[in-house]
Amino acid sequence: MLYREAGQFKATYVEDSQIFPIRQDKVGMALILVVAFAGIPLLSLTGLMTDYFFTAILTPFLIFALATLGLNILTGYAGQLSLGTAAFMAVGAFASYNFILRVDGMPILAAFALGGLCAAAVGIVFGLPSMRVRGFYLAAATLATQFFVVWILTKIGWFTNYSSSGVITAQKIEMFGYTFDSALSKYLFVLAIVALLALLAKNMVRSNVGRSWMAIRDMDMAAEVIGFRPLRTKLLAFAVSSFYCGVAGALFAYAYLGTVEPEGFSLDLSFRILFMVIIGGVGSILGSFFGAAFIVLVPIGLNILTGFLENSAGISLPSGISSSIELMVFGAMIIFFLIVEPHGLARLWQIGKEKLRLWPFPH
Amino acid sequence: MQFFLEVLIGGLLSGVMYSLVALGFVLIYKASGVFNFAQGAMVFFAALTTVGLVDMGMPLWLAALLTMAAMVLLGLLTEKFVLRPLVAQHEITLFMATIGLTFFVEGLAQAIWGANVRALDLGIEDVPLEWMLENANMAISQFDLIASAIAAVLVTALAVFFTRTRIGRALRAVADDHQAALSVGIPLHHIWAIVWAVAGFLALVAGLLWGARNGVQFALTFVVLKALPVLILGGFTSVPGAIVGGLIIGASEKLAEVYIGPHFGGGIEGWFPYVLALLFLIVRPEGLFGEKIIRRI
Repeated sequence: MLYREAGQFKATYVEDSQIFPIRQDKVGMALILVVAFAGIPLLSLTGLMTDYFFTAILTPFLIFALATLGLNILTGYAGQLSLGTAAFMAVGAFASYNFILRVDGMPILAAFALGGLCAAAVGIVFGLPSMRVRGFYLAAATLATQFFVVWILTKIGWFTNYSSSGVITAQKIEMFGYTFDSALSKYLFVLAIVALLALLAKNMVRSNVGRSWMAIRDMDMAAEVIGFRPLRTKLLAFAVSSFYCGVAGALFAYAYLGTVEPEGFSLDLSFRILFMVIIGGVGSILGSFFGAAFIVLVPIGLNILTGFLENSAGISLPSGISSSIELMVFGAMIIFFLIVEPHGLARLWQIGKEKLRLWPFPH
Repeated sequence: MQFFLEVLIGGLLSGVMYSLVALGFVLIYKASGVFNFAQGAMVFFAALTTVGLVDMGMPLWLAALLTMAAMVLLGLLTEKFVLRPLVAQHEITLFMATIGLTFFVEGLAQAIWGANVRALDLGIEDVPLEWMLENANMAISQFDLIASAIAAVLVTALAVFFTRTRIGRALRAVADDHQAALSVGIPLHHIWAIVWAVAGFLALVAGLLWGARNGVQFALTFVVLKALPVLILGGFTSVPGAIVGGLIIGASEKLAEVYIGPHFGGGIEGWFPYVLALLFLIVRPEGLFGEKIIRRI
């Protein structure tokens, strides 16, 4: 009833190739964008939303969603498993830092884009083994990226501008004389970039580029036989994916952490983003957002739960146990999702939509 | 020259320790086609459980025995709750499931035993061998030598197990083709349970040796990251490959650290094995002893 597309006809090719062919989707997406760009800022002006929402939930959610999008392009669409996501993020962050630091009057957006391009270049280099190896051989190979990049960033002083501690304060985000330093303005800054890049990604995976990735993913030999060039396609996936991760890394350092440090981009972060892909849905743009939201919210929920247990029920948990439990919950959830719903939350949303088509009159 | 030999032998011996971890991988991969990323977590779990039990006042042998029981239980539960529902899934899916398992086991170990660094005493001292020091003027660790001997015994036993016993042959059949093995009447689930139990045993041995050497701490889970290049180099399906790969990685890593490292500011041990393995992959994607990869449409 709510989600019925009956009566909506596609009369032209243009209508047939729209991103959101169904009216409900269009309205829904417009609503989400209005809420994200206008509703939430207005709410915060009324004082209903504190800075905590922006700094601890919304901004990291958007940044992780962007990184997940990047990994999803590589793993979900092109089928190349990567465990080096955090390394590409680190390249993006450090490249942006150095561009802003060393080039006078470098606009911040250009620095982020260049940071992304540097990450893309690194991605191409470390994607080269994909021409010979597949599956977890490749996953192991991408681990090399992780260790190598973090090592280089810690060892070579030039990248960190010879900072003694290795932790650098990120420059302020400034554009057209306006400084983005409040939590709300950082959120809007990140939101604009993420929305734009997500739109790009969505269009990319609908185009011939995306179809060539999926062909390689589904059966690379067959794709090669019918005329896709495997190396070029795979490297393009590595480049685009690393670009997204690089921009996400720059945002992670500038809009979330406020510092640029190699330790912020550990293997743990790579795994975390892989989990977002799995839980959100492998090979789904929307799923990247679901997955990021889920992984950002679960630790917060667990913290609230353990805090609640300690305060109201009087059970005092030994210190450090909550982080252990967090690990266990993450692990169990991954296994659960892989078994029960290998296509993740995105698939659940799909099922929900089909239910909504008939609801509340199931006949 | 003497220094070179000393570094080389030290590297080879630590390589044996890598092989020990890599063996656990090979075993499970051979038998079930699962690349078990959780092997490192299992090593950690085994070491932590043993130390925890010893700290509670048990003698070492009893603690090790109880840990063995716990590892078997862990293996059985893994088979039942992780692998069985995922039968016939893509191998990457299984790989990701074992990453989830890694997190779970790490969290479980720490939730039970706490996150503190603990010391494990096996009664073997980590001192240079005296007669080597006197006769050849080389410092070779006694502990490393004994560890290598244990590893050698294990490898031989495994090789015999795989080629000479009924279960071993069943394991290889399962590794080749799940469905075909099922159709000739090999009980798939029993076989998997056995494999995970044996892998648990290997994790216990590796955990005890590594734990006695470096202390039982969370960093123990990173031995899995040392074992990966060994596997790439040696091939995922080959027991001798794990050994030779371990020796090559161990030796080249130590030599590189000593001779090339200073030019780059040190600390290249972390990634050098990977780059070595990567370069090797480009030449020979299936590793030294791996089965030739044949792909069909």
